[in-house]
Amino acid sequence: MKEIVVISGKGGTGKTSITASFAYLGGGEIVVADCDVDAADLHLLLEPDFKTAEDFYSGVIAKIDQDACTKCGKCAEVCRFGAIPVIDGQYVVQPLDCEGCGYCARICPTEAIAMNLQNVGEWYISTIKTGSSMVHARLGIGAENSGKLVAKVKNEAKNIAEEQDRKYVLVDGSPGIGCPVVSSLSGANFVVLVTEPTVSGIHDLKRVYELVKKFGIKTGCIINKADLNNTVEKEILQFLSENDINHIASLPYDETFTEAMTNGQTIVEFGESRVKNLIEQSWDKIKDIA
Amino acid sequence: MKIAIASGKGGTGKTTLSTNLAAYLAEKESVVLTDLDVEEPNSGLFIHGNLINREDKYKAVPRWNSDNCTLCGNCQKVCNFHAVIQLVDQIMVFPELCHSCYACSELCPTGSLPMIPEKMGELREYQSGNLHFVESKLDVGQEQAVPLIAQTNKYVDEKYSDEIIKLYDSPPGTSCPVIEVTKDADFVILVTEPTPFGLHDLTLAVETMRELDKKFGVVVNRYGIGNDDVIDYCESEKIPVIAKISNSRRIAELYSRGRLLYGEIPELKDELVKVFDFVKGNLDRGET
Repeated sequence: MKEIVVISGKGGTGKTSITASFAYLGGGEIVVADCDVDAADLHLLLEPDFKTAEDFYSGVIAKIDQDACTKCGKCAEVCRFGAIPVIDGQYVVQPLDCEGCGYCARICPTEAIAMNLQNVGEWYISTIKTGSSMVHARLGIGAENSGKLVAKVKNEAKNIAEEQDRKYVLVDGSPGIGCPVVSSLSGANFVVLVTEPTVSGIHDLKRVYELVKKFGIKTGCIINKADLNNTVEKEILQFLSENDINHIASLPYDETFTEAMTNGQTIVEFGESRVKNLIEQSWDKIKDIA
Repeated sequence: MKIAIASGKGGTGKTTLSTNLAAYLAEKESVVLTDLDVEEPNSGLFIHGNLINREDKYKAVPRWNSDNCTLCGNCQKVCNFHAVIQLVDQIMVFPELCHSCYACSELCPTGSLPMIPEKMGELREYQSGNLHFVESKLDVGQEQAVPLIAQTNKYVDEKYSDEIIKLYDSPPGTSCPVIEVTKDADFVILVTEPTPFGLHDLTLAVETMRELDKKFGVVVNRYGIGNDDVIDYCESEKIPVIAKISNSRRIAELYSRGRLLYGEIPELKDELVKVFDFVKGNLDRGET
């Protein structure tokens, strides 16, 4: 079983549309994991049935029992996150500011502070329109620990792939270079970087590749909207060859992506097109080199 | 006046709106644009000015000092983030997991874990006429964006009065970094595109703003693609659609070269005026 992770650094490069197309093409060979838990969109194209849903608890948050509190103020003093202001004469924890370190609870002389497990979201196992399985999630509003939810989604997908003897786990990663991305990358066998030939596309590509390099994972790159700017496309190609990154494909700027999406379909289901052929070739190539 | 430009979905045009609005307003008055998408900051590719300040930014992490350590294990016990681990004959610290809460350090009976600054990123400040631009970049390998966002916010708050217009380019999503950016804003502009992905992620962003009790409005970018669902949603939820930026390949091409758009696309200037007038009018009237 191989784990293929699709990431992009920059948002809006077409990462999810391309991942959904691979999920469609891979059919029964694949278990899909939507690890972009912050703004999960794969379900809009793959028609999951949300067969099982489970709450996800991670991290803790402080709560002060006002009856037991003597208002000594020690908790507010040690809190490095300014999460315990005095409101109407009472020390009150601000949930959005609390990092869950538990320092306040440890030093409270009257043990008035409880650290409660936090519900940070929900995760699902679904059957999608190809008949295959997908693991996905929805992060609660402003929740922390999205890295842990990513790890959960990925591990469940891996378990299913092993149980059902599937060849690939296909992971839709999140934008950026922070904890959810690090979580998406850990344990991967192959990374697909989706970029676009814009000044921000190449900037973000280079940064996210720096991160990928630390993991030492084999990497390929798809340049989407490639004909938008030939000069930047050439710069990207040069960067790829200097870093031994496989150039999987260059896809043209094509609004069919949006039309297919509006129709709830991946672009490979949406009639014949050049992009469709290129994505099919890309998937074959990835299977070859992953 | 603090205005944050955010979105659920990435790549909808946050940076395009932030940089163009900042540069346009700076033709007449002082503006501070701060790029708080510290994982992948892009505003600096469109805004050029003279570098006037550069600072390394640090977070405090514990460093083990073996001298008086009795290996009592308290540090490992009090760390909720598994950033301090006790091995047979030593204490190991994983700085990337540390939230700088100081619990291990201050609760250590022998003072064996002093907090030491560790570099997490870099802040740069540029100026071009009325336009002040601050950006922070997280070092690759650092996992937590929030401490750097918080320090960058503090830098801008201390240096610039709240009287001037402050624009903040936010990271995508709805999790902790976005909260850190938007929680102190007077108004949040949510940028979206009229597609199923755009709509879905907009609804998440709207829920987040409502949870935070923020004033907000929507700018629809790439207007003309997709369908009317975003507009219909805003109407039924009584969310103001402040401006619509038409889809155009020419905008995409100019963007790809790192160019500001409003000088070359007059319609865009009209939309920027609408955005600012709306936000200013809303804040002046104290509407919710």
